[in-house]
Amino acid sequence: MRKPLQYLVGGAIAAAFAFALPASAQQKLKIGFITTLSGPQGVIGEDMKNSVELALDHLGRKVGGLDTEIIYGDDQVKPDVGKQIAEEMLKKHQVNFVAGVIWSNVMLAVAPTVTQAGTFMIGTNAGPHQLAGEGCNELFFTTSWQNDQTPEAMGKYMQDAGIQDVYTISPNYAAGKDMITGFKRYFKGRIVDEVYTRLGQTDYQAELSQLRSKNPKAVFVFLPGGMGIQFLKQYSQAGLRGQFPLYSVYTVDELTIPAVKHAALGQYETRYWSQDLKNPANEKFVADYRKKYGGKTPSNYGAQSYDGILLIDSAVRAVKGNLADKKGMIAAMRKANFNSTRGKFTFNHNHFPIQNFYLLKAVSGPAGGDPVMETQKAVFTNHKDAYAKDCKMKW
Amino acid sequence: MNLVLIAEQTLNGLQLGVMLFLLAAGLTLVFGIMNLVNLAHGALYMVGAYLTTYFYQATGSFALGVILGLAGTLVVGIVTELVALRTLYERDHLDQVLATFGLILFFNELIAILWGRAAIYSTIPDYLSGHVELIGNLRYPLYRLVIIGVGLAVAILLWFVVSRTRLGMLIRAGASNRAMVAALGINIRLLYTIVFGFGAALAGLAGLLSGPIYAVQPGMGELVLIQVFVVIVIGGIGSVRGALVGALIVGMVDTMGRAFLKPALATILSPSAAETAGPALASMLIYLLMAVVLAFRPEGLFPSRG
Repeated sequence: MRKPLQYLVGGAIAAAFAFALPASAQQKLKIGFITTLSGPQGVIGEDMKNSVELALDHLGRKVGGLDTEIIYGDDQVKPDVGKQIAEEMLKKHQVNFVAGVIWSNVMLAVAPTVTQAGTFMIGTNAGPHQLAGEGCNELFFTTSWQNDQTPEAMGKYMQDAGIQDVYTISPNYAAGKDMITGFKRYFKGRIVDEVYTRLGQTDYQAELSQLRSKNPKAVFVFLPGGMGIQFLKQYSQAGLRGQFPLYSVYTVDELTIPAVKHAALGQYETRYWSQDLKNPANEKFVADYRKKYGGKTPSNYGAQSYDGILLIDSAVRAVKGNLADKKGMIAAMRKANFNSTRGKFTFNHNHFPIQNFYLLKAVSGPAGGDPVMETQKAVFTNHKDAYAKDCKMKW
Repeated sequence: MNLVLIAEQTLNGLQLGVMLFLLAAGLTLVFGIMNLVNLAHGALYMVGAYLTTYFYQATGSFALGVILGLAGTLVVGIVTELVALRTLYERDHLDQVLATFGLILFFNELIAILWGRAAIYSTIPDYLSGHVELIGNLRYPLYRLVIIGVGLAVAILLWFVVSRTRLGMLIRAGASNRAMVAALGINIRLLYTIVFGFGAALAGLAGLLSGPIYAVQPGMGELVLIQVFVVIVIGGIGSVRGALVGALIVGMVDTMGRAFLKPALATILSPSAAETAGPALASMLIYLLMAVVLAFRPEGLFPSRG
């Protein structure tokens, strides 16, 4: 009797799986996440990917209660590659959401591809003004910011603080000029000189000599990634760190601090998020990130990617896992009904966040550790971007 | 525009030129003597920066870091030559470009696996940081003066080796007629390995000197390599003297362009036109210079082949 019983039990289990499988396969949620995973800029993508994985852990690997598969794509900082990956995600993997994208030029290639296919695009970094203004779309949401907002906050702070005679340095390309435009939208004081350097420049000694000879009261820079690392080191080595206060955007963050350490001390940045923001979601995010990734501190790139997954989770939950109900998910996402790492925020009618911006300062960290970014004060509360008025979308 | 500023920018130009020379000397020797287009020269620069930074932090001594980093880069260079590049000498330049481009990807990913993609921390040792008061109120970072000193010392050493020793004679002979050198019974394979190892060590030296002032990260070599190619095209392929002159010209032109082109243009154009044209022109200057040299002296300023 024993053997037939075994077969019977085995058969029953197999049958249970056989029935269970198609049902759950139908209910599977697929998210395509595009970021940069190779080359020097891969460090940003790594932080974003880590944060996405942490969000999945916090959701029990089920986004919106559904079994979730994430397909990562590496755009190599190239718009054409980004677009090609998005198409593959849409056609081959039939994803329900595409998320991520670091670079504005990549975003301008990816977002229309995704939204024209009737799929959701959740931006978690790039915020080009085209998508905030005339090119806004009901299927496009972003959990980061519009590009101009961050330098606007720094311009506002320096204007309010009465700082005069500012020397600006940024790379000579589209975003470099946009940053200065955003800065000048709120900063009305005198600008001593507006210097544009080569994109990817490694040595700033010639610019630093010029800077010292002009004797400004303050310096404003936008030099992201490796450019910022070399600039900060050379600024400090040239003995300018104590001499001219340095204000920056996207230059000093959790990804560059480990490479410059004390050369970042005293540096001011503006941002919508900081690792020390006091809210339960952020405290959990930062603590668990450190635990999972060997004590590393997450950056804002990670925080907004984490938020992106939680936004998707809130939408899928609201429609009870019915992924065909796109209207329902749009309505749910517009409520921004999730515990964001930046605290409570709302979406503007162009689907860009209305949020606070803070002044941050690099201060000494715990003994033996790297400097940390500490929130000083809010510069803007509930700040809207300048392009929303060009967006025709109403809700 | 005062004299102190001009003097300071001249030093800046000299320092950039010397750094480019260290890279260009190795590249031009390898190209001139072995007829090998080595795009992976920048990878060896990166290896030098990483190894030195690593050994400096592990031992706590900058001097020890420099010695071990330099020796390590030499070994990596020789191994690369023995394993990968030997098979490429007889093939055409396109194959070499493809293979050495592959080496760039290999080294960048290897470094990313070993040290991560983020830039690693590197700093100037205390005894080399700080400033030196030169004439008047010209204060210049000590470390950059050290770079200038090391670069000029290497230039003299190279001149001595190339023009006063037997090895140098073989190098010069190899650059002007390889087949004849081989026919005279010289072990050309060994010569190639020595020259390549030598070039790698020079790239490593440039890398270790730049570690404390630049970002030490995967792909750092490719950022400087383009300027180095400009240097050897201007100087003349295969000529160490050409590399030195070319590097100093490029370093000086690039620095002066970045510093003074915009104010100079503002005196003849409207300020807003100078604002747009200045930075754009400054970053093109060395390429314009290269185009002019190519038009009038396609062999470069100091061609080595007879």
